[in-house]
Amino acid sequence: MRDTFVGVLTELAPRHPELLLLSGDLGFAVLNNFIAQYPRQFLNVGVAEQNMSGLAAGLALEGHCVFTYSIGSFPTLRCLEQIRNDICYHRVNVKIICIGGGMSYGPVGFSHHATEDLAILRSLPGMEVFSPGDLWEAGEVSRYLVSHHGPAYLRLDKSAAKPTVRPGEIFRPGFIRTVREGSDVTLAATGGILDEALLAADQLAGRGVRCRVLSVHTVKPLDTNTLAIIAAETQGIVSIEEHGVDGGLGGAIAESLMEAGISPGFFVRIGLRNTFSSVVGSQAYLRTVYSLDAASIVRTVSVKLGIAEEAISR
Amino acid sequence: MSQQTAIDSVALARRIRIHALRMTNRGGGAHIGAIFSCADILAVLYGGILRVDPEAPRHPDRDRFVLSKGHAGGGLYAVLAERGFFPVDKLLTHYQNGSELSGHVSHALRGVEVSTGALGHGLSIAAGVAFAGKLKQAGHRAFCLLSDGECDEGSTWEAVLFAAQHRLSNLVALVDYNRNQGIAPISEVLELEPFADKWTSFGWAVREVDGHDHAALRSVLQAVPFIEGKPSCLIARTTKGKGVSFMENSVLWHYRIPRGEEFDAALAELEG
Repeated sequence: MRDTFVGVLTELAPRHPELLLLSGDLGFAVLNNFIAQYPRQFLNVGVAEQNMSGLAAGLALEGHCVFTYSIGSFPTLRCLEQIRNDICYHRVNVKIICIGGGMSYGPVGFSHHATEDLAILRSLPGMEVFSPGDLWEAGEVSRYLVSHHGPAYLRLDKSAAKPTVRPGEIFRPGFIRTVREGSDVTLAATGGILDEALLAADQLAGRGVRCRVLSVHTVKPLDTNTLAIIAAETQGIVSIEEHGVDGGLGGAIAESLMEAGISPGFFVRIGLRNTFSSVVGSQAYLRTVYSLDAASIVRTVSVKLGIAEEAISR
Repeated sequence: MSQQTAIDSVALARRIRIHALRMTNRGGGAHIGAIFSCADILAVLYGGILRVDPEAPRHPDRDRFVLSKGHAGGGLYAVLAERGFFPVDKLLTHYQNGSELSGHVSHALRGVEVSTGALGHGLSIAAGVAFAGKLKQAGHRAFCLLSDGECDEGSTWEAVLFAAQHRLSNLVALVDYNRNQGIAPISEVLELEPFADKWTSFGWAVREVDGHDHAALRSVLQAVPFIEGKPSCLIARTTKGKGVSFMENSVLWHYRIPRGEEFDAALAELEG
């Protein structure tokens, strides 16, 4: 996803001279092509995320479209007050890019994981929050960010679902994509973990459970209308995110449905439960450890539907 | 855009203080000591240094002023009103329900570039404004007024490093160096000395001045950039609460509201 994002920026930079990419001293090799072609549109601001964010606000006040770029919680939590006060309160055109969404940087350790970002960023007034599920979505969101004015957050995952785009499909920011039809259970995923949701849907199909799989690439503003329809059409909703369950996608779905007076048959949030990722391992391994993988999703759905465990074990 | 001339900055500073006193008394809030500390700096800046036009507050060629010590917002509101950015009557709504004049400075007001209040934000924003000016080879400058207390903030020094690295000679940091912070003298909290040396060693061109001497302030501010290719830092040695004897150098008057006899006495001193 990171390379997709940088590719889009490299493509669009010449047509958008106001575009600036600020890096918190990260992106070795990855950004080389961009820097070589558009040195005047790139700035390594050093390991100083607070200054990067305030600086971005100042540049945006002067008409620039500014991308701030760093890993995990560095471009968000480290400088949250600058994002809140300088960027959001002034509604300036700054896009915050997090690479390493969720536990992408698995064995590097929890300090480089972003597992509270969706909850915290979506709480900021005026902030749009994106978490694409496959490379096509990542590219389309990146394009949208260049052309759209205002504060936004983009969480990029190292993992990505296999291509889900249909021929001729047009990307619509703010609208949930149904990437697989099904009438029994809804699996609503955000980020690269969409891949696990699709795998789980395959496995459940073998047991006669038809899953509808949603890619919620836009966490804010949340597509409440689509959710309301889906809640009525399937027996239950499972939210899936590589993120804490508190305040993330699951929280956002619960809030919006509750407020709309809609109760799905059942509702389960799959995500980290009041824990940091402290185990060492790859992103895929950590998903199994923290019960976020396809097998865990299958198990959760099976329990909710009352399908005997032996019926789904091989 | 031409520089403003023929403004009596000393009289302007007195009016800033009187407005601030009334606003604080009426509103029951604000940081009177911090406003009085920088009233002369604001008066000199808006009395001829800053290229600003009350008739065209968003003019692209204007100098940008960022009040990083947002708790002195009352002082900025007063000087902007005096310079005609909005009616002076509006000052009386300070701290009132439904007003645009929040205690910490708000860009809802005509002439205010940036809302601040959390310390250590302004210099980064001003550096961004200055960097953008360099990119488009524009002639405007960015001035940022900081408190000494906010030099405790690491983010301030991040911005200091950045500005020197990028040779932002169109950026001017003014530090209101009254040596008293929120609840104690600086010497008892985080000593900043050798203060000028710190800025110099970080790559800035530094001047020190009596922050209440208008002629000296004007003279040094007319000389920015102090060194071509470097950002400029003006350390203005000031007295917190300047202008009212019993408020001067008193930590008490960072937060205290002038009421009753104290208000009358302060007003008499300022008008006298």
